[in-house]
Amino acid sequence: MLPYCADPDTLSGLTWLSCYLTTGKHMAFYLSFLTVMALLLVTAPTALLFGFGGAVAARSRIPPLRWLGLAYTSIVRGVPDIAFFLFFVIALDQAFEWVRHKVKCPDWTEAVRQGNDFVVCAAAKLPLSTAPQWMHEIYGFALAVLTFAIVFGAFAANVLSGAMRAVPRAQTETAEAYGMSRRQVFRRVTVPQMWVYALPGLSNLWMLLVKSTPLLFLLGVEDIVYWARELGGSKTARFSDYPHGDWRMWYFLALLVFYLLLTRVSEIILDRLMARLTHGQATVGADTRERAA
Amino acid sequence: MKTPIAIAALLALTSGPALAQTVRMGTEGAYPPYNFLNDAGEVDGFERDVGDALCERAGLTCEWVTNDWDSIIPNLVSGNYDTIIAGMSITPERDEVIDFTQEYFPPDPSAYLAASDSADLTGGVIAAQVGTIQAGHVAASGATLVEFATPDETIAAVRNGEADAVLADKAFLEPFAAEDDGLMLVGEDVAIGGGIGMGLRESDTELRAKFDAAITAMKADGSLNALIEKWFEGRTGPY
Repeated sequence: MLPYCADPDTLSGLTWLSCYLTTGKHMAFYLSFLTVMALLLVTAPTALLFGFGGAVAARSRIPPLRWLGLAYTSIVRGVPDIAFFLFFVIALDQAFEWVRHKVKCPDWTEAVRQGNDFVVCAAAKLPLSTAPQWMHEIYGFALAVLTFAIVFGAFAANVLSGAMRAVPRAQTETAEAYGMSRRQVFRRVTVPQMWVYALPGLSNLWMLLVKSTPLLFLLGVEDIVYWARELGGSKTARFSDYPHGDWRMWYFLALLVFYLLLTRVSEIILDRLMARLTHGQATVGADTRERAA
Repeated sequence: MKTPIAIAALLALTSGPALAQTVRMGTEGAYPPYNFLNDAGEVDGFERDVGDALCERAGLTCEWVTNDWDSIIPNLVSGNYDTIIAGMSITPERDEVIDFTQEYFPPDPSAYLAASDSADLTGGVIAAQVGTIQAGHVAASGATLVEFATPDETIAAVRNGEADAVLADKAFLEPFAAEDDGLMLVGEDVAIGGGIGMGLRESDTELRAKFDAAITAMKADGSLNALIEKWFEGRTGPY
């Protein structure tokens, strides 16, 4: 809080605005941008990991593992994101609590489902109801990351398994001729070479992920959309020192600019990464790039 | 492959028995004067004061949580918080799903807020918040109902002409009518719904008894009346 903001009614113009934009509520709004960035930075590698696992499983020679991988990618890709988001957050939360309930309260005799209520013993609550609010928020955030990772992991699995297939057969054949095992070929030849084929698909996914972050709002995380709506709503002088009309349009405009900047920066970075990965490699991407240069 | 580690971490996240009972109070944070977020971003309002006073009397530690109105009952039932204290009228429909304490605020009339005196309240377009008793009333009245997720959006709909009027609790609409020259209360007040009580899970009978006792005590010594007079201009305490 700035020192001259004690009595906002007497202020006007830019001083008023500077006070208005530094209220505790606005600080929460600015912090929520970090929440979104944190979500992106944690989710992207996690989703990639899920995707890699899914792709490897789908290519596996062991039938049950292969079925699992194929079922994961086809089911998750076929269901609308929103349905999954709404389902997973409730289902995962209750699944975790149910497991903890079974482990921590084996003597509990009452049913977990009582009519509409989902009741587990106090020690099984996640987080415990005695835990401070930030623990609850972290937990909600973690559920969101896990849900995002599961959903985007399925798409990544498809991209990666396509990329693995795109590695030229001549490369793996040569490796086999050197006497490498299937596993060695995969680790030494297929994986290092697949990235360049995967990158266009993955960068597309990254853009989709960036654009999906407002779904956080659906999951109950107080993200930028939540705060923009809350701050933009009209305020009366009785309940706020900074009364104003309906300013939602300006707040949403700020979000629009933020997302445009984020996607633009991503594009620049991904282009550089692509140029680096294709350096000296005979791919379609590299050919056109060299011709352009 | 990371999932078992994640589950193990979650299991280990919290351990040991609870010391004092912490009650998580769920509210909407968008319905002044009942509950709203103040400039500092904290839950404030009549229900904040009442809730804090009740928790002190009942010897509970209370933590405030905000949740969207339309999912406020499902999230109580699935255990994300322990009470709903969000200007929720006691109705038979809600009582089938959750339990209520006795009322801490008497039945309050609903009113129409419109941009002009001549707004058509019976055949026009009326805004209401989704899942409220007012939305049910409008749907039954023959007017065209448009529903919004937050109370603020219902007011915005009247301002920008999307709706002819909004039906909501009178105490919520009064400050808007007083401060905005373009908006006024029109038509007769409508008496719908019972008093406002705290919502709890049906299995939480012990906690409900504690809050009931605390509300009785607050009614008896006049402190509840004082809070009503503090937050609702021009009202005298009914208890």
